[in-house]
Amino acid sequence: MSALTFTLKTQPNQRVDMSPLVCHVLEKLDATEIAAIKLHCGKSKMRVDELFTISGYDPKHILIRNSFNKLDYIGKDLDGGIIHVEGDAGAYCGMGMKTGAIKVFGNAGIYAGCEMKKGQLEIDGNTGDFLGGALAGNKMGMKGGLILVKGNAGDRVGDHLRRGTILIEGSAGDYCGSRMIAGTIAVMGFTGKFLGHSMRRGTLLLWNAPKLSASFNDCGSHTLAFLPMLFNSFKELNSPFANPQNAFNRVQRYAGDMAEIGRGEVLVKI
Amino acid sequence: MIINGVTIDATFAEAFPMKGTRAIITAQNEKWAMIAAQAMTGFATSVIACGCEAGIERTLTPDETPDGRPGVAIMIFAMGGKGLAKQLETRAGQCVLTSPTSALFAGINGGIRIPLGKNLRYFGDGFQTSKVISGKRYWRIPVMDGEFLAEATTGQVDAIGGGNFLVLAQSQPQALAACEAAIEEMKKIPNVIMPFPGGVVRSGSKVGSKYKSLGASTNDAFCPTLKGSTKKTDLSPDIESVMEIVIDGLTKEDIDKAMRVGIQAVCDLGAENGIMRISAGNYGGKLGPFHFHLQEIMA
Repeated sequence: MSALTFTLKTQPNQRVDMSPLVCHVLEKLDATEIAAIKLHCGKSKMRVDELFTISGYDPKHILIRNSFNKLDYIGKDLDGGIIHVEGDAGAYCGMGMKTGAIKVFGNAGIYAGCEMKKGQLEIDGNTGDFLGGALAGNKMGMKGGLILVKGNAGDRVGDHLRRGTILIEGSAGDYCGSRMIAGTIAVMGFTGKFLGHSMRRGTLLLWNAPKLSASFNDCGSHTLAFLPMLFNSFKELNSPFANPQNAFNRVQRYAGDMAEIGRGEVLVKI
Repeated sequence: MIINGVTIDATFAEAFPMKGTRAIITAQNEKWAMIAAQAMTGFATSVIACGCEAGIERTLTPDETPDGRPGVAIMIFAMGGKGLAKQLETRAGQCVLTSPTSALFAGINGGIRIPLGKNLRYFGDGFQTSKVISGKRYWRIPVMDGEFLAEATTGQVDAIGGGNFLVLAQSQPQALAACEAAIEEMKKIPNVIMPFPGGVVRSGSKVGSKYKSLGASTNDAFCPTLKGSTKKTDLSPDIESVMEIVIDGLTKEDIDKAMRVGIQAVCDLGAENGIMRISAGNYGGKLGPFHFHLQEIMA
């Protein structure tokens, strides 16, 4: 069965709320009902078939074509199924995802994967700020699942991260891992200023030495038994993280943020 | 039934339900994994006084273990889930946590989850951290040689304890040699352990005693020195030594298989090596619901 495909006809001037177009909602609707769904577009509402050409049948596999950076909330609260996004995704892509998988072939905007609970979000390009973070005012970010970014990520990656794994093949901006409660963020590239600011627990796994704040204490170099297991769990990914040659278990360990409870750690490959 | 001159008695072994679990111990090398495993499964021959029955199931190659190091699979059996959990926790805490370079992982993924490293983590005094990898939680407990890594829980499943057979021989060395041959083969069968020293027990017991405080006492019917003094002996004049192999396993089929290869190994030595009979311990079918009929197993 071919994927249920939404091909954007023209790029609207206003942002579009794509949250109704998720597998677990669409599988209960027939083609006419799907076409009649109204999406918020700026201050107005537009029918799905006004914005998109609809083809294909399989609601468990949604394909969004000609996507661009104003299509927000793609895969919001997704509860099973697969969404592929050809082009860029707007803000809040994969927000609150429960299960399933989202793959964005372009870039994603701010708050990608924010507060997601489970599942997998893969972004081929770059992402904006607050990747896997918490919405403004909320106290918990991503609570489970895995985010893989093949490009670079913006500031505040994993802000308030509670659980789950964020993998970044490129570099991360400032305040990476800020206010982390737990979980794992791995960055193959470089990290910006104020790494792990106010982190409580959790692991920041780095390939390149960061510039650390004074509130991180050097615990020395160690061989950690859990790291091979962590890398082994990435072996199915289409990513350099799956390459055994990029795995390591020998690290320099820094504990912090001592300005918080100091149970977090920054592990740097040595 | 006679196999290679060895008489297989028309009797059965009587076994009873237990709760079982498996844990995987790894270490820097097989030597230290085995040391930890031996410590953890020590003093665990019989639930009569040890609280559990435990043994080493087999060694594991690095590609069979979660952390890619050499390992040993051990199994623990107890009469109830609560007792099993208690034994697992105290043994893991005193024998594996303390053993250099060790790590501890679940050996059963299904079943009811019981704590493995979940409570040991408090040894970390607040410095412990957990990591969820592929849906499983692991505790990293800081210790003086680095970090002790332990999976939070392992699986508890229904199991069977007390499968057994007796080797009746013309002499003590012949009985022991036959049992050694049997254990060698039985160790190749997965999901079973033989909890007694070296897998062999020379002091098989019967239920009850003339002393009220004892629940079990020597199985006088199979004691060769009592042939003339006990009320009912099961031994003919030419039998001078009897040894028993007890088997605990996850399923009846596993114990069936272990008994078959064990008895076959004994029979392969045959009457020419002094092996006279194979029998089994039972209590008239009143104690346990699992009956292992020797002749059916060897048919």
